[in-house]
Amino acid sequence: MNANIPSSVSRRSVLQGTGALVVAFSMADTGNVMAATAGADGRPPLLPTELDSWLSIAPNGGVTVYFGKIDGGQGTDLAMAMIVAEELDVPIKNVTVVQGDTALTVNQGGASGSTGVRFAGAALRIAGAEARRQLVTRAAEKLGAAPDQLTVTDGVVSVMGNPAKKISYAELIGGGYFHSQIGWNNQYGNPLALTSPAKPKSYKDYKLVGTSPPRTDVEGKVFGTKPWVQDIRVEGMLHGRMIRPPIAGASVVSVDESSIASIPGAKVVRKGDFIGVVAPREWDAIKAAQALHVTWSQVSDPFVDQAQLYDYIRKAPVTKGDKQEKGDLDAAFAKAAKIVEADYEWPFQSHASMGPGCAVADVRPDGVTVWTGTQKPHFAAQGVAGCLGVPVEKVHAIWVTGPGSYGRNDAGDVTMDAAVMSQLVGKPVRVQYMRYEGHGWDPKAPASVHKGRAALDDKGNVLAIDFVSKGFSRLETNSTEADAGDTLAGMLLGHKGARTPAFNLPDNAYTFETKRMAWECIPAMLPGPSPLRTSHMRDPLGPQITFAHESFIDEVAFAAGADPVEFRLKYLSEPRDRAALQAAADKAGWKPGKAGARRVKRGDIVTGRGVAYSQRTNTIVAIIADVEVNTKTGALRVPRVVVAHDCGLIINPAALRRVVECNVVQGLSRSIHEEVKFDRNGVRSVDWLTYPIVDITEAPPVIDVVLLNHPEAMATGAGEATMRPLAAAINNAIFEATGTRIRRAPLTPERIRASSV
Amino acid sequence: MAEKFSLRVNGVDHTVEADPDMPLLYALRDDLGLNNPHFGCGLSQCGACTVHVDGVATRSCVTAISRAAGHEITTLQGLGTPEKPHPLQTAYVEEQVVQCGYCLNGWVMTAAAFLNKNKKPTDDQIRQALTGLKCRCGTHTAILRAVKSAAAKMA
Repeated sequence: MNANIPSSVSRRSVLQGTGALVVAFSMADTGNVMAATAGADGRPPLLPTELDSWLSIAPNGGVTVYFGKIDGGQGTDLAMAMIVAEELDVPIKNVTVVQGDTALTVNQGGASGSTGVRFAGAALRIAGAEARRQLVTRAAEKLGAAPDQLTVTDGVVSVMGNPAKKISYAELIGGGYFHSQIGWNNQYGNPLALTSPAKPKSYKDYKLVGTSPPRTDVEGKVFGTKPWVQDIRVEGMLHGRMIRPPIAGASVVSVDESSIASIPGAKVVRKGDFIGVVAPREWDAIKAAQALHVTWSQVSDPFVDQAQLYDYIRKAPVTKGDKQEKGDLDAAFAKAAKIVEADYEWPFQSHASMGPGCAVADVRPDGVTVWTGTQKPHFAAQGVAGCLGVPVEKVHAIWVTGPGSYGRNDAGDVTMDAAVMSQLVGKPVRVQYMRYEGHGWDPKAPASVHKGRAALDDKGNVLAIDFVSKGFSRLETNSTEADAGDTLAGMLLGHKGARTPAFNLPDNAYTFETKRMAWECIPAMLPGPSPLRTSHMRDPLGPQITFAHESFIDEVAFAAGADPVEFRLKYLSEPRDRAALQAAADKAGWKPGKAGARRVKRGDIVTGRGVAYSQRTNTIVAIIADVEVNTKTGALRVPRVVVAHDCGLIINPAALRRVVECNVVQGLSRSIHEEVKFDRNGVRSVDWLTYPIVDITEAPPVIDVVLLNHPEAMATGAGEATMRPLAAAINNAIFEATGTRIRRAPLTPERIRASSV
Repeated sequence: MAEKFSLRVNGVDHTVEADPDMPLLYALRDDLGLNNPHFGCGLSQCGACTVHVDGVATRSCVTAISRAAGHEITTLQGLGTPEKPHPLQTAYVEEQVVQCGYCLNGWVMTAAAFLNKNKKPTDDQIRQALTGLKCRCGTHTAILRAVKSAAAKMA
C-alpha cells in the first residue's frame, strides 16, 4: 500500500503553492525550523528510508521532528519531541514538531488507536538514535577521537575527560542533510517501523523522558493566536454549506434554484445526490442552505423505531463473527451449581465534536490543496483524490488542529465536501457543517447487545464464562477516509466502501479455565450515506464491551458471595494486572466485602463504590468509582474516581495525567448521558439539548490518578484506555448503592430510579 | 438589506456592512478576520462563541449585529496577551487545561466576567457560574483548578 504522497511532489513546489501560507502560519516564530526552506537546497525525497524524512537540524542547532501522525491536544507531539531530544541529548526547547502535512511528513497512520507513542514514538526513537550515531561518528573524525570516547550534552559533542575538545550538532550538520538511509519495514500507517545499527538509550540513562515539560500548543490556544482549521482563510474562497435529506437515504429529485435567488451570490452546487450551496459571505451561505427548496425522493422507514433497537440487533442476521474458546463449555455448564445470566445493551453514540466539521479546499487544474482537521490527513488525501478523480500525487493535505476528534468524526467527511464543491465551482471553498450535521451526520459509535453466562460451583468458583457481543460494525464506515466510498461525499457520488464487518472481544487477563468469548456483526440498517453509519469512536467498542463484561463479572462476583476486588484478583495472575487493581483499591481505601458492604444511606441518598478493570493493547487500567444516588429522583453524583493506569514506559507524567482525567470526564459523559436518538426517518439528536453531555456541575470533584510506570517495558498507549472500564465501574457502584443491576447504558436518572425501588 | 454598523472590538472601531439580523459572530470572524470566537452550535447551547458585550459574557452566535453595534465588545484576544495575560489565561497555561481548546472562549470569557464580580467564589459557585458551557474533551476538572487559581490571584 502506498499511502504516502510520492516524492514527485517536492517540498519546494508545495511551499510555493497555496500551502506556504499556512505552513508559515504553523511555524511562526520558530527560527530553528528548517522545513519551510527545504527542497531545492538538496533535501532528499520524502521517503521513510531517508533519515532526513524524520528529523533535521537547523544552522542554529534547532531540531525539527517530522511526525506522521497528529496531536489533537493530548501532548503526543510533545512526546515525540521528548523522545527524539532524549536520544540526541538536546534541550527540549530546541525541538519543534512538524505534523500532519502530507508534503512534509511520512504517513504514520494519523492519530489512531492510541499508537502515537507506541508506534510513531518507537520509530522516531530509532531515527533519533541513528541521527545521534551519525553525528557522533562525524564528530569523532573532526575531533580525532574514537566515537566511544565522546559524550553529548545539549547538542554539543565533546571528548570525555577533555571538554575543551568539542563540536556542536549545528557545526556538524546545521542546515545540511544526513543523506543517509534508515531501515524501514515497508509499511505505511500505524505499523510503520524503522531499524538502524544505532542502539537507543537504555531507560536507565533517560534524563528527559519521564519529566513533564509543558505542551507547546497550549499558549497559542489560550491567547487565541493559534489557528484552528476553522480559521483558515484562502483568498477568493466561497463559503459552502451542505444540504442533507430530511429522510435518511432520500435522493434529490429536483432543486428550485429560484428559492435562493434573492441571496447575494448564492449558488447551488450539485452533482447527483451531492448537494450544497455556496456564497461569498458565510451568513448568506447559511441562509441559502436554509432557504433552498429541494424535492426529495420518497423513502420508507430506513430505520426501525428506537424502542425496537436492541430487539432488532438480537434478531438481525450475522454478517461475520469470531470467537475464542478454551475448555469444554457445555460440560462446565452441565455441572454448575449456579448459573448467572445477563444481557447488556449500549446505544449509538456521537462524536459530537465541539465544533462541527470544517475544511477549506482549493482544487486547481495543477493540484489540490486541502486544509483539514481530520486525524488522518495522509489517508484523507487519498479520499480526496478518489472523490475528485485526480491522482493522489496531486493532492496536498495540510492538517490544522480542529475541534477535539476522538476517532472518525466528521472532520474527514467535510474535507471531501469542500473538495468536491471547490472542484464544481472552480474556486477555493470553505465548508463548515452546521450543528445538526455535527451530531446528526457524523459516523456513530456502534450500538450493541452483549450476553453473559457464567457457571459457578457450590463454593462460588467460576467453572466457565460465556460472553457474546452482537452489534453494528466498527468499520461499516472505515476509520480512515482513504477510500472515497467511506465518506459521505464519496458515497453520494456513487463510491462504495468495503463496509467491513468488525467487532472486538473483551480485553483482559482473566484466567478462567473454561470460556468462550465471541462477537457477531450485523449489517447497517441503511447502507451508504446514512446518519447511523458506524465507525471508530474513542476506544472503538471498548466502552460497549467492557461495560457489559465488567458489569457481568461483578454480577458473577456477587453470585459467588465474593468481594469484587478480591474476586477479580483471584482470576488474575499477571503481576501488572494485579498491581493495577491493587493500586486502585489501595488509593481508594477499598473496604472488602461483597457488593453492598460499602453502601451508606443518608436520607434519600445512598452511596456505593464500584470497581472495573480491563486492558487495552496491553495498557492496564483499574478504576474505582464512588457514587451517590438519590433514590427518589434517580439523580447520580460521582464524587470520586480513582484510576490506576499502567501503560508501560511513561514519557510525560503530567501530560498523561491530563489524558487520563479527560478520559474519565468524557467517559462519565458517555456512561450517564449519551444516546443518539433516532426515529424511523433519521437521527433526532441534532444539538446539545437532544444529545446532552456531561456538565461541569457533574464533573467529579476528585479524580485520583495513580500512574504505574514501567520504564523497562514498551509504551503501550494512553489515549483511550481509561475510557474502557469507566462505565462498568460506575454501574457497579450504582449496584452497590441500589441493590439492583442496570443493564442498559446510559445510566440515566430514569433507569437509576427504577433500580432504586 | 445590508446596513452599516459601527462595532468597537477590543478597543478598535470598525464599520461592518451586513444584514441587521446577521449574528455578531460572523462579523467578528468574517468581516474583522478575528479567529476568536468560534462557531460551535449557532444555538446558544455551548458557549464557544462567547465574547464580552459591555463586560457581560454574551453568545455572539445568537446576538444580532444590530444589537451589538455601539457597545464595547471584547474577544479572547482582547482579554489578554502573552505579554499582558489575564489571570485566567495565566492559570490556563499553568494548569495546561486545554485539550483541543475549541471550547475555550466560552469558559474563559464567562469565568472572566464572573470573577470580575465574585472575588472569592466557592467551588459550587464556580460550577454554577459555568454550568451549561460545553467541553467535549472533558477538561472540566482542570478548568475548575484554573478558575480557582485565577480567583485566588484576582481576590
